[in-house]
Amino acid sequence: MLSADLETRNSKPETDLKELANDVVRRALAGGATAAEAVVHDGTEFSTVVRLGEVETLKEAGSHAMGLRVFFGKRAASTHTSDFSADGICQLVEGALALARLTSEDPHAGLPEPELLGSASGDFQLYFDDVYSLPTGERIAHARRAEAAALNADPRIRNSDGGSFDAAHNHHVMVNSLGFCGEYKTSYCSLAAVPIAQIEDCPMQRDYWFSVARTLRKLESPEHVGRIAAERALRRLGARKVKTARVPVIFDPMVSRSLLDTISQAVNGDAIYRGASFLAGKLGEKIAGENITVIDDGTMPGGFGTSPFDDEAVPTQHTTVIERGVLKSYLLNTYTARKLGLRTTGNAARGLAGNPGISSGNFFLQPGARPPHHILADVRQGLYVTEFLGFGVNLVTGDYSRGASGVWIENGEPAYPVEEITVAGNLREMLNHISEIGSDLEFRGSTAAPTLRIDGMTVAGE
Amino acid sequence: MDNNKFFFQRYGLTEQDLERYLSAALSAGGDFADLYFEYQYTASISVDESMVKSATQGISAGCGVRVISGERTGYAYTGELTAERILHAARTAALIASGPSKTPITGFKPEASRSLYPVTPSVDAEMSAKLDLVQRADRAARAYEPRIAQVRVSYADELRHILVAGSDGSIASDVQPLARMNVFCIAKDHDGGNSARGSAGGGGRVALDFFLTEKTPEHFATEAARQAIIQLGARPTPAGEMEVVLGPGWPGILLHEAIGHGLEADFNRKGTSAFTGLVGKRVASEKCTVVDNGTLPSRRGSLNVDDEGSPTQNTVLIEKGILKQYLSDKLSARLMGIPDTGNGRRESFEHIPMPRMTNTYMLAGEDDPADILRSVKYGIFARTFGGGQVDITNGKFVFSASEAYLIEDGKVTAPLKGCSLIGNGPDVLTRVSMVGNDLQLDEGVGTCGKDGQAVPVGVGIPTLKVDRITVGGTK
Repeated sequence: MLSADLETRNSKPETDLKELANDVVRRALAGGATAAEAVVHDGTEFSTVVRLGEVETLKEAGSHAMGLRVFFGKRAASTHTSDFSADGICQLVEGALALARLTSEDPHAGLPEPELLGSASGDFQLYFDDVYSLPTGERIAHARRAEAAALNADPRIRNSDGGSFDAAHNHHVMVNSLGFCGEYKTSYCSLAAVPIAQIEDCPMQRDYWFSVARTLRKLESPEHVGRIAAERALRRLGARKVKTARVPVIFDPMVSRSLLDTISQAVNGDAIYRGASFLAGKLGEKIAGENITVIDDGTMPGGFGTSPFDDEAVPTQHTTVIERGVLKSYLLNTYTARKLGLRTTGNAARGLAGNPGISSGNFFLQPGARPPHHILADVRQGLYVTEFLGFGVNLVTGDYSRGASGVWIENGEPAYPVEEITVAGNLREMLNHISEIGSDLEFRGSTAAPTLRIDGMTVAGE
Repeated sequence: MDNNKFFFQRYGLTEQDLERYLSAALSAGGDFADLYFEYQYTASISVDESMVKSATQGISAGCGVRVISGERTGYAYTGELTAERILHAARTAALIASGPSKTPITGFKPEASRSLYPVTPSVDAEMSAKLDLVQRADRAARAYEPRIAQVRVSYADELRHILVAGSDGSIASDVQPLARMNVFCIAKDHDGGNSARGSAGGGGRVALDFFLTEKTPEHFATEAARQAIIQLGARPTPAGEMEVVLGPGWPGILLHEAIGHGLEADFNRKGTSAFTGLVGKRVASEKCTVVDNGTLPSRRGSLNVDDEGSPTQNTVLIEKGILKQYLSDKLSARLMGIPDTGNGRRESFEHIPMPRMTNTYMLAGEDDPADILRSVKYGIFARTFGGGQVDITNGKFVFSASEAYLIEDGKVTAPLKGCSLIGNGPDVLTRVSMVGNDLQLDEGVGTCGKDGQAVPVGVGIPTLKVDRITVGGTK
């Protein structure tokens, strides 16, 4: 056991970070920039992995970094640094001013229109001190309990990649030369277990389960996480291939979630204005079945895709992306909105370097009325997909071909596990052939979807 | 070349400081401690719609402190390179152990240095020279064909200074350049009905010169545009098991996914890899010899020393089909009693090192690539790939072709779209029946992810024939 609790490093006082960002923006303007924007990130992280009951890793640290974007009229450049010393800041500002001389005039470049700046109001429940409230010994105990619950669930669970507990605090500051100065803090904690199941003459099977929350109070119990992880690993044991066939395919919620991620990329304004998405130019058109409604909500309390303002200081919002099968909105930042002659949806996202990109807030598919077991019960012969492997999605054409594993369904019942197969189709058709939508919508991250049944896909195996 | 000087000069660091930090790291005991100093400078410039929309540069610096006690690892890092913050990190990492303090060996013995990279790193070149490169690529891609509708080109480079000092008296430093050009094209039919994408890129631990003489902007631009145009006419891929021929170079991602990850020592130490316990056993046809070689000059996956300060090596993983050894870092080497192969790598000072690949490739065989294609009655020729992924525990891997063709009666015919391959790592190489005499390494585009850490890698194969693998198509 540990002899002492780790000391958690306190974030810098908030005013310091805001003042630092303001100072950088002022210096950029003094150096000749016509507009400037600074972001500061400051955070702490803790993680521990326990394997076979023993602590394997224990990690604790804090870090900070700052990004600067400057404009000379319609020319932009950006720099970032983790060095907050006087020298570091000087290099940050001067570097950006020098780079901006190299870039092109781009008629659509620039900060958002001043009247669009601001913060969404409300209690977003993003920050809780309690993720660090447990003493280190207790955090390790959480990871150990999750792993133990998995190991003890069944004698066929014979090995483990461990149990883990993570916590983090982050502080975001944004300042721009149009007078915006905002900040917010977020917290995070998670718990996971990764057991390995084995029986004679069969390959080992590994799976995982996890819980993630902004406050410890909402984290699921280690015992629950461990037990689900064990069930998921056990149900893969003895998996085989199946014959190539065209059958109904049921996506479990974690797999559906990856489909929603794909949709969020396909409605990303950046892919749209380039024509790099099969949904480009389809605004107002029917692109999915009438049962499909997809929402992006950057204001959902406690959500992992929630923030009061986006990374251009535009308030986040609730956006209906697809309504009863009709494409109602893309996800946009200022630049892509100008390119498309639309208004930003408050989805600007940036790391520290480069121009802002776009990311979804809390992005989800509206649930249906039927519980998942009813959906499965209707399947005479089909595939219940529990995992995708690989990256076989082409957003330009909509072609979709991914490695998969799951459970074969016969007469509405699970028959046997399957693996080393692929599931393929085209997203244009898939979105129109979702014949069932489950009632089981649950957020485990910023993207979520319920159980889905899709008809007309090809399962490739033997 | 004394690379240590960088941190000594810039931060006033001395060997006495290093000893003091290591003492703090071992203040609660432990078997070993090390310090990893990193200073990374990155820059990029890109052209998009023929405009220079973005130019960036950045600095990231910090120090990670690791303490190993038995199988336990304590880790802490700081982005502030001050004595106070580094000592704090050292004391935090120290808490993994719980015994009487230990004293590090005093007096450092530097690793013999090597120089696999050019003297003038790309980051030292003028930004305007890089701008010229991306503009040349943009022009070349647009000139390739009128149906090329969108072109995006980026040039990114970095220079990473590292210093690794261990409580065993080891010390090593390196200055690691890396540069990469990328071209992405979208082609559109004139009626606007059909779109397709193509991408190409490359580079390595090279100087800017590399892009003027060896692989020019026109080379990458033409390749990306060519792919996009071919894909415009692609048709759906058949589904099911069939013969597959992999072209030379980047399709070596097969080795990376199918066997490379499974041979990383940490998984095998824990018994969680499908390759656990298979050393000395046949895992490939006897035509297959596979190595991981971190010592190739200028390659993207090469390193003078790994991120634990150990020299990289040329490690034979599979010799004529027999599994020879695993890829190891210090921790797994010690716990498993196997050699440290110099594969301890990490993304940055914020990360704990683990066994990772460098450049993984299969040695050339004797078959003529044309004969290999001629031998296939009906199958797939996969010329280049997007990404891949593996489940190291059950051995299943997937990778997706970005350019593939049907083979009919020994002839390459229609281009295909939406083609993924799925297989089982421990047996896919046993089905390799022909190995070409045309080994190629990829052009320097690979980035490998493991446990959330990304590191640059290389891959390569000669033309290969796999007798049976599942092709994931729709027809």
